[in-house]
Amino acid sequence: MANLSSNFIGIKSPNPFWLASAPPTDKEYNVVRAFKAGWGGVVWKTLGEDPEVVNVNGPRYGAIHGRDRNLIGFNNIELITDRPLEVNLREIKRVKRDWPDRAMVVSLMVPCEEQNWIDILKRVEETEADGIELNFGCPHGMSERGMGSAVGQVPEYIEMVTRWCKQHTRMPVIVKLTPNITDIRNPARAAKAGGADAVSLINTINSIVSVDLDAMAPNPTIDGRGAHGGYCGPAVKPIALNMVAEIARDAATHGLPISGIGGVTTWRDAAEFMALGAGTVQVCTAAMTYGFKIVEEMIDGLSDWMDEKGYTSTDQFIGRAVPNVTDWQQLNLNYVVKAKIDQDACIKCGRCHIACEDTSHQAITAMKDGERHFEVIDAECVGCNLCVSVCPVEDCITMEQMTEGVDPRTGKLIDPAYANWTTHPNNPNRVMDAAE
Amino acid sequence: MADALSAPDIRSGRLTPEDYLENFDDLHPPLGAHEASVEADRCYFCYDAPCTIACPTSIDIPKFIRQISTGNPIGSAKTIFAENILGGMCARVCPTETLCEEACVRNLAEDKPVQIGLLQRHATDIYLSEPDRHPFERAPETGRKVAVVGGGPAGLACAHALARRGHAVTIFDARDKIGGLNEFGIAAYKSTDDFAQFETEFVLSIGGIVVECGKALGRDITLADLRRDFDAVFLGMGLAGVNALRAEGEELAGVIDAVAYIAELRQAEDLSTLPVGRKVVVIGGGMTAIDIATQIKRLGAEEVTIAYRRDREAMKASAYEQEIALTDGVVIREWLQPKRLLGEAGHVTGIELERTAEDAGGRLAGTGETVTLQADQVFKAIGQSFVADPLGAGDVPALEGGRIRVDGDRRTSLADVWAGGDCVAGGEDLTVAAVEDGKVAAAAIHAALSA
Repeated sequence: MANLSSNFIGIKSPNPFWLASAPPTDKEYNVVRAFKAGWGGVVWKTLGEDPEVVNVNGPRYGAIHGRDRNLIGFNNIELITDRPLEVNLREIKRVKRDWPDRAMVVSLMVPCEEQNWIDILKRVEETEADGIELNFGCPHGMSERGMGSAVGQVPEYIEMVTRWCKQHTRMPVIVKLTPNITDIRNPARAAKAGGADAVSLINTINSIVSVDLDAMAPNPTIDGRGAHGGYCGPAVKPIALNMVAEIARDAATHGLPISGIGGVTTWRDAAEFMALGAGTVQVCTAAMTYGFKIVEEMIDGLSDWMDEKGYTSTDQFIGRAVPNVTDWQQLNLNYVVKAKIDQDACIKCGRCHIACEDTSHQAITAMKDGERHFEVIDAECVGCNLCVSVCPVEDCITMEQMTEGVDPRTGKLIDPAYANWTTHPNNPNRVMDAAE
Repeated sequence: MADALSAPDIRSGRLTPEDYLENFDDLHPPLGAHEASVEADRCYFCYDAPCTIACPTSIDIPKFIRQISTGNPIGSAKTIFAENILGGMCARVCPTETLCEEACVRNLAEDKPVQIGLLQRHATDIYLSEPDRHPFERAPETGRKVAVVGGGPAGLACAHALARRGHAVTIFDARDKIGGLNEFGIAAYKSTDDFAQFETEFVLSIGGIVVECGKALGRDITLADLRRDFDAVFLGMGLAGVNALRAEGEELAGVIDAVAYIAELRQAEDLSTLPVGRKVVVIGGGMTAIDIATQIKRLGAEEVTIAYRRDREAMKASAYEQEIALTDGVVIREWLQPKRLLGEAGHVTGIELERTAEDAGGRLAGTGETVTLQADQVFKAIGQSFVADPLGAGDVPALEGGRIRVDGDRRTSLADVWAGGDCVAGGEDLTVAAVEDGKVAAAAIHAALSA
């Protein structure tokens, strides 16, 4: 079994699977159950100042389901912890004492005044927690009060508060970012400028999960009305992966430790976040869907995959995919692929044909010699991958690279040399050869 | 004691009331809403879908399934009814395993087609759960009149399509109620809760259709009169003749026409009143053979044997239907043809069957070797034939292979007479094919009347 142990900005955990600051980490009872189940660490549900906040008494969650009720996307309007600060601090201290090998990070959200942060930091330090996470991400409720994503959307505030925290505590500081911004790199740069030890992302995305067409109100509906919530779960993973990658490859933040969050459900999701630079991952929706036991699959899966690939520690693959994330303009325009349909695997549903015919490049036949037959017309195929995406049979359609000869679509000889848009003749801003 | 042994053991009420209920309950319980949603999600929404091509009535199957999956079962049912007004019955009785579900591309991937029949039933059941709902509005009266002979699936489909277009339709049926084989022929466990009559009411609710029961062609009405009194005639009277075994002793009591017995069964108020033998032999290899064998077994017969003159592969009943019978404990014996019925005191006691074999040319012949099976009842299920006499003499539709010849429009050799269902040549003996005949004929009749 590969060594999964993690040392993330000095915070050690037996594995990189943490529970995110969220309902599952609101109480000692839940966290102890999580540790017993094998989770490497937790970020305790966000603490605020007393008097404690109140939550709605109506529904807090909404979901997007697949046909068999598999949960694809999840939405919540729950606020930070609604228990007294003292109660939480006492439990945190006790759990950290009882589970010294697990990561215990405490999420915090108080008004943007230095003294408020000084006060809470002092009290958290007494718990001997391993670190703090600044919740600059929650997009609902608290943001209306000038906290959460209201801070995360203003890089100057992020930098300011981060600096206060670094100044007033010995604990490592993780800044949790909101995705509800235009360019994730700016808040990440601000966090770094403020001295953050790491960033964690993404928090949830502003969302209305569905509309009740009878009540004519958003779901979840509370007495006939609804408010936007925060979207999470498997559906947000692609957004999160991109944001993680953006920070990992940005010159200003490259190397800044990242804790990846957003739809992590399986070991593979975790490995993907880690390949894009995340040192740990944080999970919430998957645990809320299936319970804490899923961490067993995550641990075994990641370990088995590492064994198979010959990785003995997570450091060996964290960030390995980052160099391969690039800008569009750097992509090799001389790389030519054609779709190829495996006729033995093809079940003749015709989805590739109709997708290509109606919406793309008319590059797939429907009929051959009077028979239902789906075959790629290389002279029309641009290699777009739509057919692969819609084919219900795994690996039935593959994209095959042309390495020699003439591309029948363009009539041009395959050029083995790399060439991108920056030098393409159609690019009015192309880089000219200096000699010319 | 000796008497008891030799006397035929035929009794009614072999089972408890609970047994009857269980044995004649729905063969396939309907899908629940969630099951339907999940099953609908399995449909790939194929381009130029093979299932639709395989459906004799060309129902837009991917569309109706998609409508189920998007929570619109009413719209889904309308999609079905647009092509097949008897979509509810077809969902129950179609041999989907040899039609739409056989064509489903999922077979290629995993041998498990989308359960199209059950999904069709789901949508149509929901639609029909509200009694006064009807998907179509009748066009204004055209003043044209059409006679439909036979209120079975072909006649009903034809009548509905014509009435919808504003024509005035009269259905003549020899029996005391319409429905045809849906009412009198389909196995009871495929059409529970009197669905055939319920569906008939639904079809008639389009309006503009008059039903005259107890009017048999050639007895109470004549084709010549109908042609005189109506602008067009559609013949859908099915098959009235039963093929004979042509074996000695066929006249013995206990040698029963399976079709007649099934009709009796379907109409029985109380299944425990039906006479059921302890040992039963069924002669034949089609759907009727399977239906009688399965139902007589479910009525409490102890040993039921189907004897067929070729192998199971050659049976007209699909492998799936055979499976139903076998699961019920029916024994299927191949390569046997009836030679002689054995009897005592005028009642059948057994049947002597001759083993058969195919010669090099594939022709079937008896081998001379015989097998005798004890039997308290022997059911004849070796097919039905068209009886042309009711058509009358003189100017009558031309026949082909003993049934009425029709063209692609289901028009007979007479310009004002169309025909469909089992009584036409080349028919498939399928409810759904009969519906298509009626539908096609109605379109052609409408075109002719509108010309």
